[in-house]
Amino acid sequence: MPLEPFTVLTSRTVVLPGANIDTDQIIPARFLTTTTRAGLGRHLFADWRYRPDGTARSDFVLNRPEAHGCRILVAGRNFGCGSSREHAPWALADYGFRAVISTELADIFSSNCLKNGLLPVTVDEPTSAWLIEHPGAQVTLDVHACTLTLPHGAAVPFPLEAFARHCLLRGLDELDYLLERRNEIETFERRA
Amino acid sequence: MAGAPQTLFDKVWRSHEVSPESADRPAVLYVDLHLIHEVTSPQAFAVLRERGLNVRRPERTLATMDHSTPTLTAQVFGGAPIALDAARRQVRELEANCAAFGVELLGLTHSDRGIVHIIGPELGLTQPGKTIVCGDSHTSTHGALGALAFGIGTTEVGHVLATQCLLQRKPRTLAVNLSGELRAGVTAKDLILAVIGRLGVSGGTGHVIEYRGDTIRALDMDERMTVCNMSIEAGARAGMIAPDETTYRYLEGRPRAPRGEAWERALEAWRALPTDALARFDREVELDAAAVEPMITYGTNPGMAIPIGGAIPQRSGDAAFTQALAYMGLAPGEPIRDQPVNVVFLGSCTNARLSDLRSAARLLRGRRIAPGLRMLVVPGSQQVKRQAEAEGLDRVFLEAGAEWRESGCSMCLGMNGDVVGRGEYAVSTSNRNFEGRQGSGARTLLASPLTAAACAVRGRVTDPRELM
Ligand code: SF4
Repeated sequence: MPLEPFTVLTSRTVVLPGANIDTDQIIPARFLTTTTRAGLGRHLFADWRYRPDGTARSDFVLNRPEAHGCRILVAGRNFGCGSSREHAPWALADYGFRAVISTELADIFSSNCLKNGLLPVTVDEPTSAWLIEHPGAQVTLDVHACTLTLPHGAAVPFPLEAFARHCLLRGLDELDYLLERRNEIETFERRA
Repeated sequence: MAGAPQTLFDKVWRSHEVSPESADRPAVLYVDLHLIHEVTSPQAFAVLRERGLNVRRPERTLATMDHSTPTLTAQVFGGAPIALDAARRQVRELEANCAAFGVELLGLTHSDRGIVHIIGPELGLTQPGKTIVCGDSHTSTHGALGALAFGIGTTEVGHVLATQCLLQRKPRTLAVNLSGELRAGVTAKDLILAVIGRLGVSGGTGHVIEYRGDTIRALDMDERMTVCNMSIEAGARAGMIAPDETTYRYLEGRPRAPRGEAWERALEAWRALPTDALARFDREVELDAAAVEPMITYGTNPGMAIPIGGAIPQRSGDAAFTQALAYMGLAPGEPIRDQPVNVVFLGSCTNARLSDLRSAARLLRGRRIAPGLRMLVVPGSQQVKRQAEAEGLDRVFLEAGAEWRESGCSMCLGMNGDVVGRGEYAVSTSNRNFEGRQGSGARTLLASPLTAAACAVRGRVTDPRELM
């Protein structure tokens, strides 16, 4: 299934500064009983966003008016650790996020993001510290150049695996690529 | 052919490259065994349907149900409906998908059903040198037998169903060298909690761990699985242990292990797998296992662990640390010992194999759990359950006042309705103490089965050595 190509994104940021925010926080297990991918955005950070009676906690960042329309999430170190549940990027993407920035992102989470048009961005400590201190900053992510441009104009490079970048820029689905490798796979199976 | 010395990981990786990685392309990696379960597979089957694709190698795919399934006998075997609607839907959907795509399913009432990471080794399907994936991060467990096993997301579950392959960048290698004999009362769980404490919860990110050294060689297979299981809690997607006589003894005669001549051929191939003497790892870490104490966690990630006789650390100015302690309702600088406990959970893919149940039962025999405390014992598989019952372990638990259930993930993640109440303290033999993991507002302290049993008897955090 072709995804929307991802070239340049300019948005204000929402900041969750804590380290080690795990996928159980991003979406608690009780919401994994769905058999589709749609509509998970309303459960994003459910236990932080809502009180036990279901009312919104006005002090949680996503419930504040200035968070509205922000498409970039800035998070503390090791965001997305824990479970492999792809429901985490599904929930983030369904809510409206298109990129997550941290000094470190968990392996499986990062891989899952790329499959869903959500850009995982890792930056150095000073850049992260600046972003965390300036919630709501308007920044630009350029997938072609692999840079994050801060409001004062500084462009910070970020690493992006070459094939993932290629797929993002063109909106390609990795499954198509794998399906095209059919002959090689058959050869391997005969050899094994 | 005398090539460069290789690690166990290198050998398994290379022999599964359909095509190696290059600067602009990841490797295409062949998957020998794909395990699936009801929670992370429905959306993958949906993609196959949308695109008119088949499961490429159904015989390399095995499904079971564990995450959302009930543990009450009547709900599993009939007499009562599955209490949670959503769980019932997932169970039915997996049944329908397996039937439609020709995938073998160890379904709800099957005598071989269980937690996916417990049944793979138990059936002899998990073998040295294999590549194994599952839509679950604790797939690292299977590495205990010398397999390269790691968790994948649901999109990748779809990739493997359709092509039996994955696109992967080669991870780096990390040797965790463990030496010394574990002291009495110290278990493999304590060892891995100490390792995670040392590495940190992201210390293994981007790496495959190989656990090495005389401590590892002395562990039995169940213990090795406990160690590899929690690799992901240090951020490593996979943890591996080189196969040896312990591994072969464990596998020989299991229903799906090779037999006769095939067994001899397999053995020969397996004996070539261990890391070559001069092979290099990208990183190495040492730990003195003889110094490890029974461990327990006090915070909201598995790296927040201390010796059970120790005090909760103080870290002023660390907001995440302060938030974790506030969630846990614990104070910095205080001892963890004697903290009152409401619930004890003995279960999960970390510690619900037969030896785990035996270890807890040994301490509980002839004792009662503390008044007002709830203890739930959930065997890792139906096979473990039957074996435990044959030894009378179920009687020990029931007579102590614990509940004895059908197998599944249960209270490890609280998806099936087995949850810890808001604000309650649970000592759990599982692997994650994240906020809300065992239920909204639940407070989890991770420990070994032995420590969990001691805490159940006293109703407070207790060093198991006091009761041994
Ligand atoms: S027992 Fe817990 S950690 Fe293991 S597979 Fe089940 S939910 Fe995951």
